[in-house]
Amino acid sequence: MSEQPSNDSVGQRCQITREDFICQRIEIQKLREGENLILGFSIGGGIDQDPGQNPFSEDKSDKGIYVTRITPGGPAEVAGLRIGDKIMQVNGWDMTMVTHDQARKKLTKKREDVVRLLITRKSLEEAVKHSKGSHPRQ
Amino acid sequence: MLSPTVMEEGDEVLQVLEVGEAVEEVKEVIISTIEEEIRRSSPLNSKTSQDDNWGETTTAVTGTSEHSLSQEDIVRITKDLEDSVGLDCRRYVTRSIAVILGLLVFFTPLAFLVLPHILWPDKQQRCETACEGLVISVAFKLLILLLAVWALFFRPARAGLPRVFVFRILLAVLVLLFVTSYWLFYSVRILHSQDPDYKDIVQYAVSLVDALLFIHYLAVVLLELRQLQPCYSVCVTRATDGETRHYNLGQLSIQRAALAVIEHYYCDFPIHNPALLSASKSRAAKHLAGLKVYNVDGPGNNASAGIAQSQSRAMIAAAARRRDTSHNELYYEEAEHERRVRKRRARLVVAVEEAFTHIKRMQEEEPKKAPGDVMDPREAAQAIFPSMARALQKYLRTTKQQHCHSMESIQQHLAFCITNKLTPKAFLEGYLTPGPTLQYGKDHWLGRRWTLISEASVTSGLKDGSVFLLKCVDFCLVVTSRKIPYVQMSEEYIDPKSHKFVLRLQSETSV
Repeated sequence: MSEQPSNDSVGQRCQITREDFICQRIEIQKLREGENLILGFSIGGGIDQDPGQNPFSEDKSDKGIYVTRITPGGPAEVAGLRIGDKIMQVNGWDMTMVTHDQARKKLTKKREDVVRLLITRKSLEEAVKHSKGSHPRQ
Repeated sequence: MLSPTVMEEGDEVLQVLEVGEAVEEVKEVIISTIEEEIRRSSPLNSKTSQDDNWGETTTAVTGTSEHSLSQEDIVRITKDLEDSVGLDCRRYVTRSIAVILGLLVFFTPLAFLVLPHILWPDKQQRCETACEGLVISVAFKLLILLLAVWALFFRPARAGLPRVFVFRILLAVLVLLFVTSYWLFYSVRILHSQDPDYKDIVQYAVSLVDALLFIHYLAVVLLELRQLQPCYSVCVTRATDGETRHYNLGQLSIQRAALAVIEHYYCDFPIHNPALLSASKSRAAKHLAGLKVYNVDGPGNNASAGIAQSQSRAMIAAAARRRDTSHNELYYEEAEHERRVRKRRARLVVAVEEAFTHIKRMQEEEPKKAPGDVMDPREAAQAIFPSMARALQKYLRTTKQQHCHSMESIQQHLAFCITNKLTPKAFLEGYLTPGPTLQYGKDHWLGRRWTLISEASVTSGLKDGSVFLLKCVDFCLVVTSRKIPYVQMSEEYIDPKSHKFVLRLQSETSV
């Protein structure tokens, strides 16, 4: 798994699982509600789920973890997570080939206050293309 | 036919003019030549007088109507000839040969048993128990053989086929050889040497009867069982309107396959209705009527084939150039016809249902009505027929079926339906859809005389790709056969416990 060194910038190219994606890094601070630490979004997907019913994926055989709901005003929305984002990594753990339950566990570790997600979004690709088109650098 | 604008002789010039008038000149030429031919070939027939009006009422494609006329003449002539010589002659000959053979076969064992007693009445030993048992078995086996031969061979002949039936000839020859050899042996060894041992003679007779039973078994297998397993699939197409059916046949000779096809034809194919073909003929006539073709070289030259070819090529070229709107006419005509048929059908159904409500079956328990009121089925049919007659007649005329049903036949059918408690819908079924030829009266079974036309010999077996024609008076059936392919089937075992299912999951977890 090769990665380029990153900042919190949009339009980063990263290569995971031999495919090229435009990724974004998002850092979410967990919010404490009573006993639980919540992030404020819901996930769907996983290698044990049916990929055909995922409304957000472009390729209907994609078994990755997707963001299906965002609590308005929650930590995830504040950090910049959007509905339909595909989560590629959580704190360095790969999320492209995990079961639904494994993904949930990685996100809800009680000892961690912060989760750093690597996500990809369809609109990111288009934004990069637009910016490249207007400022041809390469 | 000389066109006034061409000057030189020997110049083959064809002028194709697009004229919209009727092509009377061309028609007359065609008519007269073929009529001459008919007159030459059938001196018996006085029907072919030159009808002046005939040219105007027939279409330019005179081929079909003339050929059907001349073919009817030929069929009539050959029928006269054959009746005088007798196709029945052959049938009687075969039947008499069969009877003689049967008597020979039946009486030979009896003769074997009886002759020693007649020839040497003094020299015979007594017949012991075993010997008597054998005599009884001979008697019963002969009885069984008699019944079996009667069941297999003495059935009414279904058809007269053009050539003899090869397997039967084979079996007859085999039986004849067999019986002859037994007689030879008997006369040489027993009669000459005057063998006194009666048991031997009885055993000899028993062996003959056993062998005859086995030959009968061979006959059953060859004549009846061998063609039961389907081997070829034949496709039967009627030449006039394209009706096609497919049948599976076993290994048969071409003439037996043709017979099977004809028997299926009578049950399966809807009746041949020449009135339905007139529409396409008139369309074809309209295509040709617009063109007038002149042969400027004069009649009687020897390039007639070339002329015909160039004529038709010229016509095709002209037709391609002309903008043809006949497809439009066809479409609207068919739509209109469909609508008319449906309307008449609706009226007919309502009329028949109403007519059927006028009568009801009288129950036995009802108090007796006056004898004038009680009717038998025929009278009841006659009573309700007038209310539906007009609607039925109009419908039949629209669908061009009126020649298939006479008034008498309709009333008979109505009486039949009333007697057997058929509903109005069941009564109408025979008129709404054209049924198989069997359904109509005997006079509609056009020509029980069929001609088999085949390039291969008719006693040779059916093969893959063999084609033959069955010609009747009005139409032709084209039969092609295909071999049923060898099927290689493999098995796959499914464990009944292997049918397991899981739910399709789509969970959403909030974190």
